[in-house]
Amino acid sequence: MKYETVIGLEVHVELATNSKIFCSCSAHSYGADPNEHVCPACCGMPGMLPVVNKRVVDFGMKAGLMLNCDINRTTTFDKKSYYYPDLPAAYQTTQWFAPVAVNGTVEIETSNGRKSVRIKQIHMEEDAGKLVHDIREDTTHVDFNRTSVPLIEIVSQPDLSSAEEVEAYLERLKNLLRYAKVAECEMAHGTMRCDVNLSVRPEGTDILGVRTEMKNMNSIEAIKRAIEYEVARHIDAIENGTEVLVQETRRWDDIKGKSYAMRTKETAGDYRYFPDPNVMPVVIDDEWFNAIKETLPEFPEVKRARYAEEFGLSEYDADQLSKSIALCECFEGAVSVCKNAKDAANWMISEVMSILNARKMTYDMLNIDGKALGEIILLVSEGKVGRANGKKILAAMFDDETIEPAKYAEENGLVMSNDTGLIEATAKAAVAADPKAVSDFKGGKEKALMSLFGRCMKELKGNCDPQVLRKILIDEINKQ
Amino acid sequence: MKIYNAKNEAASGKLVVADDMLLTKDMPTTAGSKMLEGYMSLFDAEALTRLYAAGYGLCGKASVGEFAIDLVGETAFDGENERDGKLVYAPAESIKNGEAIAAVCLDVNGSVRRGAAQSGLVSIKPTYGTVSRYGTIPVACSGETVSVLAANAKDCREILDVISGHDDKDGTSLSDDLCKKLKKDADRAEIKKVAFFKEMTDGLDEAVIDKMNAFRAKLSENGIEVCEIEDGVIAASRVAWNILMSAELCNNVSRYDGVKYGYRTENFNNLDTLYTNSRTEAFGDLLKTAILFGSETLSTDNYMKVYDKALRTRRVIADAFSKIFEEYDAVLLPACSKMAYTPSDVKEDKYISYHENFYTAPASITGLPAVVAEGVQLVGRAFSENALLDLIEKEEK
Repeated sequence: MKYETVIGLEVHVELATNSKIFCSCSAHSYGADPNEHVCPACCGMPGMLPVVNKRVVDFGMKAGLMLNCDINRTTTFDKKSYYYPDLPAAYQTTQWFAPVAVNGTVEIETSNGRKSVRIKQIHMEEDAGKLVHDIREDTTHVDFNRTSVPLIEIVSQPDLSSAEEVEAYLERLKNLLRYAKVAECEMAHGTMRCDVNLSVRPEGTDILGVRTEMKNMNSIEAIKRAIEYEVARHIDAIENGTEVLVQETRRWDDIKGKSYAMRTKETAGDYRYFPDPNVMPVVIDDEWFNAIKETLPEFPEVKRARYAEEFGLSEYDADQLSKSIALCECFEGAVSVCKNAKDAANWMISEVMSILNARKMTYDMLNIDGKALGEIILLVSEGKVGRANGKKILAAMFDDETIEPAKYAEENGLVMSNDTGLIEATAKAAVAADPKAVSDFKGGKEKALMSLFGRCMKELKGNCDPQVLRKILIDEINKQ
Repeated sequence: MKIYNAKNEAASGKLVVADDMLLTKDMPTTAGSKMLEGYMSLFDAEALTRLYAAGYGLCGKASVGEFAIDLVGETAFDGENERDGKLVYAPAESIKNGEAIAAVCLDVNGSVRRGAAQSGLVSIKPTYGTVSRYGTIPVACSGETVSVLAANAKDCREILDVISGHDDKDGTSLSDDLCKKLKKDADRAEIKKVAFFKEMTDGLDEAVIDKMNAFRAKLSENGIEVCEIEDGVIAASRVAWNILMSAELCNNVSRYDGVKYGYRTENFNNLDTLYTNSRTEAFGDLLKTAILFGSETLSTDNYMKVYDKALRTRRVIADAFSKIFEEYDAVLLPACSKMAYTPSDVKEDKYISYHENFYTAPASITGLPAVVAEGVQLVGRAFSENALLDLIEKEEK
């Protein structure tokens, strides 16, 4: 029998606000010392009261709008109770009854074509802390830096049917949320985490099979492997009766390539949700709603279409650039200065993106100011700096964001020379130093000119117009 | 009675006492529980901060029943709350023996009001949201209020004025603009018509009935009309409040788990036994009952049947009060069923505070202001605490 896989995802995304959701501690815990960003509020000490960080609601709303959701104009916070040492108040403040956003859609594209994945809801909540197990001392330490860092949980309907679709969906979420600048969505940093709900059923039927959930997956590759494993396990169980499938939470061990049962539905805790009396319902009025709507970015497709239409870029170029908001911003910044979109697109794709690739940086890590790139393009197109030297300036800017291209060219001897006397003298010396190349060229070997040309360019540090140099060189050779 | 003495000097020469539900930086805050024995807070309760800023000093902390859900403090693990065979309310003692001009206390389940009634003092429980709860041990956050206890209405008002007002650190604290707007009408209105529920006087001790009658007579003397009305749904306050209070309590005391601070058992070999034994050894019986009851009301099976119903009942009760206040300016209620409790009362009925709060739950569940004086309680419109205190001041003359 043929089977199809039914997958729903619960994706936790850390919001990129400066402070935590209910207190003013820094929310940037990545790389901080343990318990550096804590206060009595996020440590759950008695007497502290939560005060909602408005930016979190802004970001939650924005995320909802990016995923085509309806926004609940009155959204409330609830308490979810469970005991664990990384949860200092023994409850997590989350949204159970009236989440900020509901009923959305996310469009994905895979080898099977386009598909629309329905979003059930997006709710805002606080993160828990971290337990650090010290094997040497056989002790466990608690780090509360991450407690109360704002999260959104994006709950999809069970509309996904393969690892490829899951990957496309996660990439799409990441792309959209980064476009809106509400989240980093970096699985390696833990700013995006994923629970996978999976079941299988005979192809063409619409009854859902027994569902298992794999929690806290933190890399797309691991998710793909886990899905493959679980699908095989489910089918094996159904076809060969190797085990009885039960609704349960499983842990994926990526090293062993296996999943293990954590807890079944029967043993799962009762979270005893109830409205948090200390957090007043958040009422989103028209003014607030519209203000957020106005800050929404162009969607990637809209940008792509505009780049093709307005700037005349090829479909490939437009597609490449719209992959990341950082690339788009750099590109648009460059165009605003150099006024030549095709040039700017060329520089982005052949220079900027190749430096990013060579440095193993993601597109979103791009730290180049688009306007500075535009200046480089201008310097090169106006003949003030050679193209090769333009690239040198660009590379230097990756290490030092404060570099001003014109000034840097000046200070580092990268400015094109108009001194024909110097070029002539250089050409004369080169010709004199390599009589073989001269005679080869005269004998009809066009290539021989290149070695003389290269020698001169090196001597001149690239600061001369190649056409001018070429002409002078040929003149000098002919004088011999 | 007083469990800690403070060295606070008062610029004004006036000292207050705080009950042990208000957090203090320079002395322990235990909430009457062995669980928090020796617990030192990193910050002061906002009410105290405001009093210090206004030149008041703190003479010390008065003992309180475990998480303030009992009658008048009898479940405190660290206080002596009995004298001459009667239960005494510790904060009232400090006022009566001249140590403090007033007490600031957290009214969770009516102990402040019962304490005021039985010690012959005056207390004011202000409208929910007008006094910051920042720095109070959280128990039943949707209804508990920092209240003032003093010898007379004037002293109550003096302290209440200092501690009232918006606080950014409390998300339920009302804005000053809103308060001003809402207070304007409520304050101006003089209390001219008072209602009382015939049904709610059933089962009262003779002494309480005497107090009620005496107060009614005094009201009439002062030209205030007193009318008997049906209680309608108000009597359901107790049951609904017990559900809400216990559920919130269960959640709020979950943080005391032996991991971070407070009592930790010596008898554990894994996380589960650390939690269970710490809590079993440190919590008292009444609290444990409240935790179990609260946990049950919030379970998936019971939430809609019990907790959600209690929330809806709260709304219905609030509406019923609004209806009454269309015609009357205040409601006269007892504060307790007898004028003195004895240790045997508690021995006979372990959950007596879950019954006695019949009289205090209406104001707790609605967040309405309530004044206690001369052994009886007056519940007024939201933001009418000044009108209530005016009336008591007039009666005092």
